[in-house]
Amino acid sequence: MKLYCLSGHPTLPCNVLKFKSTTIMLDCGLDMTSTLNFLPLPLVQSPRLSNLPGWSLKDGNAFLDKELKECSGHVFVDSVPEFCLPETELIDLSTVDVILISNYHCMMALPYITEHTGFTGTVYATEPTLQIGRLLMEELVNFIERVPKAQSASLWKNKDIQRLLPSPLKDAVEVSTWRRCYTMQEVNSALSKIQLVGYSQKIELFGAVQVTPLSSGYALGSSNWIIQSHYEKVSYVSGSSLLTTHPQPMDQASLKNSDVLILTGLTQIPTANPDGMVGEFCSNLALTVRNGGNVLVPCYPSGVIYDLLECLYQYIDSAGLSNVPFYFISPVANSSLEFSQIFAEWLCHNKQSKVYLPEPPFPHAELIQTNKLKHYPSIHGDFSNDFRQPCVVFTGHPSLRFGDVVHFMELWGKSSLNTVIFTEPDFSYLEALAPYQPLAMKCIYCPIDTRLNFIQVSKLLKEVQPLHVVCPEQYTQPPPAQSHRMDLLIDCQPPAMSYRRAEVLALPFKRRYEKIEIMPELADSLVPLEIKPGISLAAVSAVLHTKDNKHVLQPPPRPAQSTSGKKRKRASDDVPDCKVLKPLLSGSIPVEQFVQTLEKHGFSDVKVEDTAKGHIVLLQEAETLIQIEEDSTHIICDNDETLRVRLRDLVLKFLQKF
Amino acid sequence: MSGGGHASPLHICPHSSPRVQFSHPTKGSEELVRQQGGGGGEGDLAMPLTCPLLRVGAGQDVGRSCILVSIAGKNVMLDCGMHMGFNDDRRFPDFSYITQNGRLTDFLDCVIISHFHLDHCGALPYFSEMVGYDGPIYMTHPTQAICPILLEDYRKIAVDKKGEANFFTSQMIKDCMKKVVAVHLHQTVQVDDELEIKAYYAGHVLGAAMFQIKVGSESVVYTGDYNMTPDRHLGAAWIDKCRPNLLITESTYATTIRDSKRCRERDFLKKVHETVERGGKVLIPVFALGRAQELCILLETFWERMNLKVPIYFSTGLTEKANHYYKLFITWTNQKIRKTFVQRNMFEFKHIKAFDRAFADNPGPMVVFATPGMLHAGQSLQIFRKWAGNEKNMVIMPGYCVQGTVGHKILSGQRKLEMEGRQVLEVKMQVEYMSFSAHADAKGIMQLVGQAEPESVLLVHGEAKKMEFLKQKIEQEFRVNCYMPANGETVTLPTSPSIPVGISLGLLKQEMAQAGLLPEAKKPRLLHGTLIMKDSNLRLVSSEQALKELGLAEHQLRFTCRVHLHDTRKEQETAMRVHSHLKSILKDHCVQHLPDGSVTVESILIQAAAHSEDPGTKVLLVSWTYQDEELGSYLTSLLKKGLPQAPS
Repeated sequence: MKLYCLSGHPTLPCNVLKFKSTTIMLDCGLDMTSTLNFLPLPLVQSPRLSNLPGWSLKDGNAFLDKELKECSGHVFVDSVPEFCLPETELIDLSTVDVILISNYHCMMALPYITEHTGFTGTVYATEPTLQIGRLLMEELVNFIERVPKAQSASLWKNKDIQRLLPSPLKDAVEVSTWRRCYTMQEVNSALSKIQLVGYSQKIELFGAVQVTPLSSGYALGSSNWIIQSHYEKVSYVSGSSLLTTHPQPMDQASLKNSDVLILTGLTQIPTANPDGMVGEFCSNLALTVRNGGNVLVPCYPSGVIYDLLECLYQYIDSAGLSNVPFYFISPVANSSLEFSQIFAEWLCHNKQSKVYLPEPPFPHAELIQTNKLKHYPSIHGDFSNDFRQPCVVFTGHPSLRFGDVVHFMELWGKSSLNTVIFTEPDFSYLEALAPYQPLAMKCIYCPIDTRLNFIQVSKLLKEVQPLHVVCPEQYTQPPPAQSHRMDLLIDCQPPAMSYRRAEVLALPFKRRYEKIEIMPELADSLVPLEIKPGISLAAVSAVLHTKDNKHVLQPPPRPAQSTSGKKRKRASDDVPDCKVLKPLLSGSIPVEQFVQTLEKHGFSDVKVEDTAKGHIVLLQEAETLIQIEEDSTHIICDNDETLRVRLRDLVLKFLQKF
Repeated sequence: MSGGGHASPLHICPHSSPRVQFSHPTKGSEELVRQQGGGGGEGDLAMPLTCPLLRVGAGQDVGRSCILVSIAGKNVMLDCGMHMGFNDDRRFPDFSYITQNGRLTDFLDCVIISHFHLDHCGALPYFSEMVGYDGPIYMTHPTQAICPILLEDYRKIAVDKKGEANFFTSQMIKDCMKKVVAVHLHQTVQVDDELEIKAYYAGHVLGAAMFQIKVGSESVVYTGDYNMTPDRHLGAAWIDKCRPNLLITESTYATTIRDSKRCRERDFLKKVHETVERGGKVLIPVFALGRAQELCILLETFWERMNLKVPIYFSTGLTEKANHYYKLFITWTNQKIRKTFVQRNMFEFKHIKAFDRAFADNPGPMVVFATPGMLHAGQSLQIFRKWAGNEKNMVIMPGYCVQGTVGHKILSGQRKLEMEGRQVLEVKMQVEYMSFSAHADAKGIMQLVGQAEPESVLLVHGEAKKMEFLKQKIEQEFRVNCYMPANGETVTLPTSPSIPVGISLGLLKQEMAQAGLLPEAKKPRLLHGTLIMKDSNLRLVSSEQALKELGLAEHQLRFTCRVHLHDTRKEQETAMRVHSHLKSILKDHCVQHLPDGSVTVESILIQAAAHSEDPGTKVLLVSWTYQDEELGSYLTSLLKKGLPQAPS
């Protein structure tokens, strides 16, 4: 059993597990932090961005000034943004049988894998994961495609040149594998390979392995996976949450008794308490608006935004914000809001009961109905007519490199009345803001990451007791910025095995048993023997049939009808099949009783001699000698088959057969 | 497993089955299916084999569904329906039949409800709260949402309007629903360590499901009501090749192969259109959920296309609410509606308005959907009474009507109805029946049997004559046994489950590697091992390992036979001759001549020695262990015949 680690990003994993005869990819996360090295894509021509000076080497060589621009001391690539793909060379990805997706954030590399590696397998995901994943991909493609950029920089990627660049460009990993965004056509083709599954559904893979998604509590339809055979169990935990937000609670009990637990997707901000952050978010938002400023919330079109809208729903009236317009701008804003209302079965209990009434589970339906929340596909069109300030705008992308958010950063960045509030934890907010410096607007960092923290992890591990834990190397040491915090790492016994990008781990597994089925006819013919109280043995001779990785034992065929009538053609026809083995024997032979038995069966001249290890029984007339020791019996006789068989059967009476 | 010799008799049964009431010691466990359908109503349970009809008349008795399945010691009740045609005790199944006198909770492992129609869930509060059952009740989320509303609605009609006593209360419905566990489609629900259930999409109505009930390797699939063709709002039922021991399927339309849906729809629209064109009013009695939505979608699109202005109304209350359920559970509807719901939600109707009681007296044409569907009470009956006298009007019955209801009477041609207070209502309006019930027809049932590949089929919820036809068809086409029990009759099926065992990987791999070496051997290879049975844990290991694990020493039994050969040559030459002789005969065996002069055949050792007295005789010592008994015995007899003359 091996684990091929294709991504080094702990919350955007991509691992391949070889288990029995199957090759299973666990998630295919796309590391988008690479886009932070690029200049933002403005929706409207931005004189500031287009007038940034080109960057030149220390010696004044300016051959890179078309590709690299400088802004407030940082250097950015002026090109279509590119993403860091999972490793594609470590293992032949066309051999991957199935891909298991745990949540919609962890499937963003799917089109790269399914469309360009010869992959022919099946992808398994829940319905909300598919639908919301599709929205995220649609939004991403839309953001990038609607701002066509002629330039595609590649010179800087040259290894010899990259060495000369300033950080962080110099340290960027695997730049040669960075790729542009996929197309909608590739997205559709990739998503068509998804087969929908429900929580606790058992899915058989080739009869060898069973995989089951479990609720992970992190997002709509988010799952952890159990990968098991009859005797081995691997749990894959990715992006789980124990907080009560909108999704169905995490199923912890089913993770018990794992041989190996692969742990990824923990909180990226272990020191921030999500509840506190939401409070801070609300108060900063209110403060800004009261002072006549606008609030910009860079966000994904699904996920935490539902919770934020719910908080605001309860908060705005008491905070006197009833007349402030809330705008949600995304090409998929409408779809996201609509979809959120139809996944009753994937929601927490409270929301489910609302649907039973029947009422929409999320209160944003009411915000929309009362015109407090308005959604638009983009800043163009209706939005420009309705736009009133001060206002609150939710829009993407959280990297601030593309999407409508770029426009609002340019528009509002110069005024200190305005505030940008970062809630998504995926990007460093300082790096995200770098190409907008110098900036007058206020920046508030309220990262809301509901995924497991280290305290919850250690509790979870105590509870489910896996034999071994496997995790990204980042989790085995404290975060670089808080190197003294020895509580911010995974602490378990035996210590967790850690992996990094492009590593192959041999998982500590000892497979010892496999399931086999005994046909009822065979079972009927077995003769069990009680050896010790409660333990019985039965010798089994049977024919093994293996089909589709399922093994069945059938009764041995009846011996063929006697062919004595026919003339034998060859002597070899008569050779017995040496594969018909006799059972093993156990026990010992008490000499006295044995001699008595011999005498009872008509052997009159039995003589017994003692030896160092046992006895020799002599049958003088028959010139036969029987050596009896504790663990062996040896019958030495002339070639008299009748005699030999008689003696054999008498010996066997004292022994047990297996 | 039979005991023999001095071995203690031991019974291997894959499940500990304290409750197997009908198991036969040599047959593993068995299944028992008892059926409690709604029959003619006269002591239906006490009279097995008499009155086997589940359907009386022209397929117009919905009856009720309530089936008890015992599988490998587990008892599961499938559906808990009530009979709409009765107002007395006969309305609910006789649950005392299940346990005689024990507690239901002790006897039943779980209850499964397939969908929210009252003939499948109407007796649930009576069963759980009045008879008393505290175990789990499983149903899908939409069923859980809608079921209590229909029960309450029904309770109101029965108690508040008809003044019936001894009926369940609102609180009982609430308490009953607290025992419900909602299931997802395809989720494997572990009821206990052994019993698992799994729901499949059934079409029919929102949230309807088929259920697989599984214990070990034995399983039963219960379809409830299902529909194999997608309609305007729901998708088609689907099940995987789960190969159950038994498939219990409804057979409402056992013989019908229905004409295409399109034809029926066109017919329906034509009738509605013609009536409103001539200024008549159309009454469509429906149940709040199901057909109502399908027909609303149909009329809505037709009105849109034809640009009609005639008003369409829903009766208020339930139906309005019902559309909300459809909007929120849109993932349960068909592909097309799910795909387009963001742009246009099919359940937001532009032309269809809420109905007010006063509208019934408005002049001019209109179309009204009103509940309930069988015209036995409520708004639909009120409107019917108002409009019945005018021959310009029309009532369209889109589904079944139970015997005893006004709907049933007018469909069977009655035109003078006796109403309360000895009033006689003369029906002059046109009466039309259109089957929009979403049940599988014969073709659909055959399709489902083909999908699931059951070992046997049991038909329920149908009319005996038609079922007989279908039974023959199924037996012919699929070569499986097909049963159609009478009401209250018990069907017992013997099953012979195979026994799951853990085989040591070493033994399995060794066996598979060796099997792989032999190219299509004529003689099947035998696997040898020892089955260790400890408690309920069964493991198959190599005999050596079994001995080792149990701390037993192997006792080696060896034979050495002296075979005298007339041969004047030296021992070494004798050995060579033995070697070449055996090699020529034992082509499939490994025959070797070792450097020390001895010959081996597989693990059998042959040594040549001089005779102590006779120099013209050589003694061959043939030595083998008990495990090689056959080959050793064969070799001695072969060698006894002497060696072929060596070529000089």
